Amino acid sequence: MALLQVRNLSKVYQRDSQAIPVFEDIDLDIDTGEFLVLMGPSGSGKTTLLNLIAGLDEPTTGTITVGGEEVTAMSRRQLAAWRSNHVGFIFQLYNLLPVLTAYQNVELPLLLTHLSKKERRQHVMTALDVVGVSDRADHFPRQLSGGQEQRVAIGRAIVSDPTLILADEPTGDLDAKSADEILTLMQRLNREFEKTILLVTHDQRAAERGEAIMHLDKGVLTR
Amino acid sequence: MKYARLIWVNLTRNKRRTILTTLSVAAALFLFVALRSVNTTLNEARDVGSESRMVVRNAISVVFTVPEAYYSWLTTVPGVRRVTWGNWFHGIYQDPRDFFPSFAVDVDGYLDVYSNEMEIPEDQKEAWRRERTAALVGTGLMERFGWRLGQTINMTSMIYSPDQPWPFTIRGVYTPFPGWTDEAFYFHYDYLYEMVEQVQPGWYVLELEDPSLAATVASTIDEHYENSRYATRTETEHAFQSGMISMYGNVGLLMNAVGMAVFFAILLVAANAMMMAARERASEVAVLKTLGFSDRLLFGLVLVEAATITVIGGLLGVVGAKLLFEGTGFQGAGFLPGFEVKLSTAMYGMLIAVVLGLISGLVPAWQAARLPVAHTLRRVA
Repeated sequence: MALLQVRNLSKVYQRDSQAIPVFEDIDLDIDTGEFLVLMGPSGSGKTTLLNLIAGLDEPTTGTITVGGEEVTAMSRRQLAAWRSNHVGFIFQLYNLLPVLTAYQNVELPLLLTHLSKKERRQHVMTALDVVGVSDRADHFPRQLSGGQEQRVAIGRAIVSDPTLILADEPTGDLDAKSADEILTLMQRLNREFEKTILLVTHDQRAAERGEAIMHLDKGVLTR
Repeated sequence: MKYARLIWVNLTRNKRRTILTTLSVAAALFLFVALRSVNTTLNEARDVGSESRMVVRNAISVVFTVPEAYYSWLTTVPGVRRVTWGNWFHGIYQDPRDFFPSFAVDVDGYLDVYSNEMEIPEDQKEAWRRERTAALVGTGLMERFGWRLGQTINMTSMIYSPDQPWPFTIRGVYTPFPGWTDEAFYFHYDYLYEMVEQVQPGWYVLELEDPSLAATVASTIDEHYENSRYATRTETEHAFQSGMISMYGNVGLLMNAVGMAVFFAILLVAANAMMMAARERASEVAVLKTLGFSDRLLFGLVLVEAATITVIGGLLGVVGAKLLFEGTGFQGAGFLPGFEVKLSTAMYGMLIAVVLGLISGLVPAWQAARLPVAHTLRRVA
């Protein structure tokens, strides 16, 4: 059984009295340890699909199951707890909290756990070490380059050892060199640490780093 | 405690706004404490007085006197154990703003009737009795002016020959029992009588054999003098004090109205500041939700953040008021003797600060809890 199962998923946005369908009856499977890239033009619904999988939005119809748990049947409270345990989310614009240091940003997901301060410190330093910015632990986001900020954001996504990493255009705001480093890091997370990754992008070079590519266009998902 | 840092960094990210909001709350709570302290001071003055003592005064107003000739008859009224009298002197020592109550009294009668209110060493009682210009002073007043037993002081009176100096020698210091003022000044009625022509008692004080006789005694006396030139009004000492205080007007209502207006004004200021802060951080709230922060947790964090501002502001205002009024010995330009910020007022102020924080944080906390994550993240991107 696949780690992630999406069945008959549809999403329709309602704007005033007008219904705007994004996609209809999508099916998707991702196995444990897979690195899947989802491509498509702007407005095709890639981010919407990612948000639905993360439980950040509600589908119009269909089901999403992760590790045997039906995400679409969970309450808001259950979803929050589930996300903290199973999802690591990486954003295009990093979305680090500007008033916290790199260390404190990475520590955020661990505040929701029962770990002691000492244990949290061990986890955070390990994550920062994996993403290669442990020497920047006390720096604030404004003191970091774009590539370093994204590394910190990846550290935050992996610090709680999630089941699934969802990345929404993680290289979209970076220069070519930094983008390449970030993609190499994600490949390493997949190969070395066996992380299951779903990466959304419309950059062909980024897509080539994945094990499989799927296209979402005009509401239709194809391999 | 692990979220304390998150709350603190959010509070300090816009220092100017946080400081201004905190100071607004501090100013409001300072004002609240000051207004409430005026109320409690006046109420305390009203509470002084006993139900077993009655005051006979001129029916027109306490400003007018009652004849000396009434004394003999008053002692014969059934239910009256003892009678004494006094006059309002309105003495000034150096600065008219340093108000304190001062009375010319029938010394022997006062010592008898008020024996349960004041503790006076026997030798000082005798010294006060013997000397016509001797004065009996409360411990609080002695401390306020730094007077010593045996010291001669010069006072003037706002009522009797204001330019004339009145020398007094302090022969007795009383320690009040609970509920009695420690800031009163008593001297011989005979001294006043000698210095002022045509002086008469300002009021008589009757000690009753039984407090339940108050209504009968009052009607007996007032009916007796009903058609005389000096008609009387007889009431319990407690009611007499209340009447004196009510001459200020309905201060309580005014203070409460101003206090409520201040509360709502600051509530709007604090709520506005919290709303602005929450609106600016909508994307960060969305990110926290993505990380797994629950609606309930975010609701609590925003609420605690709002309450932190108002509690710090409240502490500044309440403690500031307490220190300022105690440090300066504030007496309301003489109209509020014994003015103090009571612990209950300070506690009440802090309770208001907490409530203020919770109410002002309610809407932004609710908004944070119900924030649509996907929509907010899409708007940021």
